[in-house]
Formats: sequence, C-alpha cells, structure tokens
Amino acid sequence: MILAIASGKGGTGKTTLAVNLALLLAETMPVAFLDCDVEEPNAHLFLKPTIETCEQVALPEPIVDKARCNGCGKCAEICAFNAILAFGDQVLTFPELCHGCGGCALLCPEEAITEEPRGIGVLETGWADRIRFIHGRVDIGMPLATPVVKAVRKRAKDTDGLVIVDAPPGTSCPVVASVKDSDYCLLVTEPTPFGLNDLELAVGMARELKVPFGVVINRAGLGDDKVADYCAREGIPILLEVPFDRRYAACYARGGQLVREFPKLQDGLRKLWLRIRMEVGGNGAGAACHQR
Amino acid sequence: MKIAITAQGSTLDAAMDPRFGRCEHFVIVDLETESYEAFPNEGVMASGGAGTQGAQFLANKDAAAVITGHVGPNAARSLQAAGINVYSMASGTVREALEAFKNGELPEVSGSTVRRHFGMGRK
Ligand code: SF4
Ligand code: SF4
Repeated sequence: MILAIASGKGGTGKTTLAVNLALLLAETMPVAFLDCDVEEPNAHLFLKPTIETCEQVALPEPIVDKARCNGCGKCAEICAFNAILAFGDQVLTFPELCHGCGGCALLCPEEAITEEPRGIGVLETGWADRIRFIHGRVDIGMPLATPVVKAVRKRAKDTDGLVIVDAPPGTSCPVVASVKDSDYCLLVTEPTPFGLNDLELAVGMARELKVPFGVVINRAGLGDDKVADYCAREGIPILLEVPFDRRYAACYARGGQLVREFPKLQDGLRKLWLRIRMEVGGNGAGAACHQR
Repeated sequence: MKIAITAQGSTLDAAMDPRFGRCEHFVIVDLETESYEAFPNEGVMASGGAGTQGAQFLANKDAAAVITGHVGPNAARSLQAAGINVYSMASGTVREALEAFKNGELPEVSGSTVRRHFGMGRK
C-alpha cells in the first residue's frame, strides 16, 4: 500500500506525521519511507538513516551539431518549454529550461541533435533501523524538481509492505508526481484560515488525481472550527486531530522522534492507521466515496 | 525596418509594458510603411521560457529591434543571438516610445537588465 502524506502548504507538521507514523508502524510491518520533498528534504534529520547508495538523476540534454544543422527551425517549433531556439543558422539551447523530453532530437530532419545526460540531482537510499529510506535532492538552482521526484517515487514499486510518501508542500507538479497513483492520501492541515484555504486546494488536487483521502488536523485547538465545518460539509473524514503542545514543537526543533518521547501519541497514530486501512478497504475500492 | 514595443494593449496609444517575456502584447511597427500590428504575447502564460519564447517570436516576425523595460538573462542572450537590438524605456505609450526611438533618445542595452523570473507574478 502506498500512503502519500501531503499538505497544501509548508509547516503544517506533514513530515512529523509521516516520520512518526513510519517509526511506529515499522515495529510491526515492513515500511519504506520516500521523502519526495526534493527541494528541501528533511525527513532524514528525524529518521537518521544510514545512506548506502547514491546515484545521479539525469535528464537528456540536446547538443546541436552546427555542421549538420540546416536552420529549419523545427526544433524550436516543437519545444513546449522554449528551451531551444533557432535564428537562421544559429541554434541556441537553454539547459535550465529543458525538460529532456527528446522532442527536438526526434524531429530534427538533419539528425543534428544528439542527447547527453545532464545531472539535475541525486537519489540516495539506505536504512533507518528497519525502515527502508529513500530520498532525492535536486541541484540548487535547478527548476526541475519533478523528474527527481519521479525518480524517488518510482522506488515505491520495488518495495513491499507499506510505502509512506512524504510529498513536498503545495499543489504544484512535484506534489502531483508524489501523490499520483497512491492508494490513499493524508492531507495535513491546521485549523486556521490559511490552513483551510490551502486544504481546499489540496482536496481539489486529490480529487483530480482520484486518490482517496482524509484529513489530519495538526495543532488542533489553536484556531477555529472552520476546517472541521468544511470537512463535514464536503463529507471528508477527519482521521486524527493532534492537539497543540509546546513540547512537541521543541522535540521537532531538535530532530527528536515524537512517538518515542511521547508514547501517548502512539494510540492516536495506531487508530489513524486502522482508519486508513478501513477507508482503503480490501482493495481501495471502498474509499472512493469522498470523490465528487 | 520593423521594431517591436512591449505594450499593455494593442494600439499605438496603449501604455508600454516594462516586462519583456511577460508583456501583454507585442506591437510591431514597420518604420517604412508606418503600419503596425499587435500580437498578444503567448509567453504570458508560459510556465517557463517566456523570455526565450518572446525572442523567437520577434525573430520570426523579422523585428530588428525591441523597445522594452526589463530583459531577463535568457531573453537577452536570445535577442542578441537573433540580432535584435534592445532599447530601454520603462513607461509612456507605444507612440511615445516610437518617437523617442526615431529621435535617437533611447539608450541601447546589451545583456540582461534584471534577474531571472522578474515579472512573474505569483504562480
Ligand atoms: S529535449 Fe524537449 S524540452 Fe529539451 S530542448 Fe528538446 S524539445 Fe525542448
Ligand atoms: S531541427 Fe535540426 S536542422 Fe532544424 S534548426 Fe533545429 S537543429 Fe537545425
């Protein structure tokens, strides 16, 4: 089962929930943890894995052979990302805009374009005790998080048991790539107006992707009831409410493991897991009812 | 010779748009015939590469120069490769920009005038 944990915005405690759920469930079943927040991976700070492999994530980048180019401009026409331009006999490439789709090389009538791999990030795998740990990191300044996310997310296939996917915050392409094809998605939010607004966006995304989902309210008691009202109206299950506690924040700040330091949180997380399993049902069929 | 002006509207009296890649319209004026055509800029909606797209568009339209406010690094490199001269003017109408250009009042710029993604609003 692939369980994605997402949130319409950063700082809602998404990673904390993902990490602690993984720690707890790993006691009784095989668990893999995929940190898909490749722009700012931070789950390793809490899980403290031993990294065993590190590989480069590369995209093919077009290289133009000027001697062969006839200046037809087909490459520039086909490129959806404006990453290759043709002015007469001059062809310009912009690697930081290129998505490596290969379209230009395919369409060039003179076979003047070859592709060479260009590193855009890394993918690391290892173990955090019994948890299989995988995360990626996109190179600084590289606006190409999605291909790195996909490289990480692909590893979900090679793992048995429960795969916990920690999605990046927001609802943009890298988030979609993380949540897509999951069996269930937890949307973590806060009971504040901002939280509600971002939750609505995240709900829209989950519905679009047809991934069944439920809500976890973090720092419950700090804000108002609008998130709860919204969920009731939309028929979205609230699977867990974690009360605000200054000690949790302090534990987080020093990279501590909440479930270990506050065993009373284990109950809530166990119930959460049972609810998720119920929602997903035997094969995930029963959970589609929150879709509209 | 054709010259392009980045504009917020599609007429000679429209206000200039200081953004290059994300301008609303390109108004392209033929200085010999004094006729003009306006094109909505498809780069407004581009998720990336708005500047390079704009440069390709102007090159395809045979513009020899462009009057605009801010040009990002990718657009600057593209315009240079395309042999399109860049003249700087940040405000006024399209007509005023043309006059200023004809009177030789506009400074020619080379290279980028702003950092990447300037002119991109919230995504
Ligand atoms: S590989 Fe795709 S994205 Fe890159 S320049 Fe070619 S057509 Fe554009
Ligand atoms: S498609 Fe090939 S031949 Fe045509 S301009 Fe591009 S590189 Fe040159």
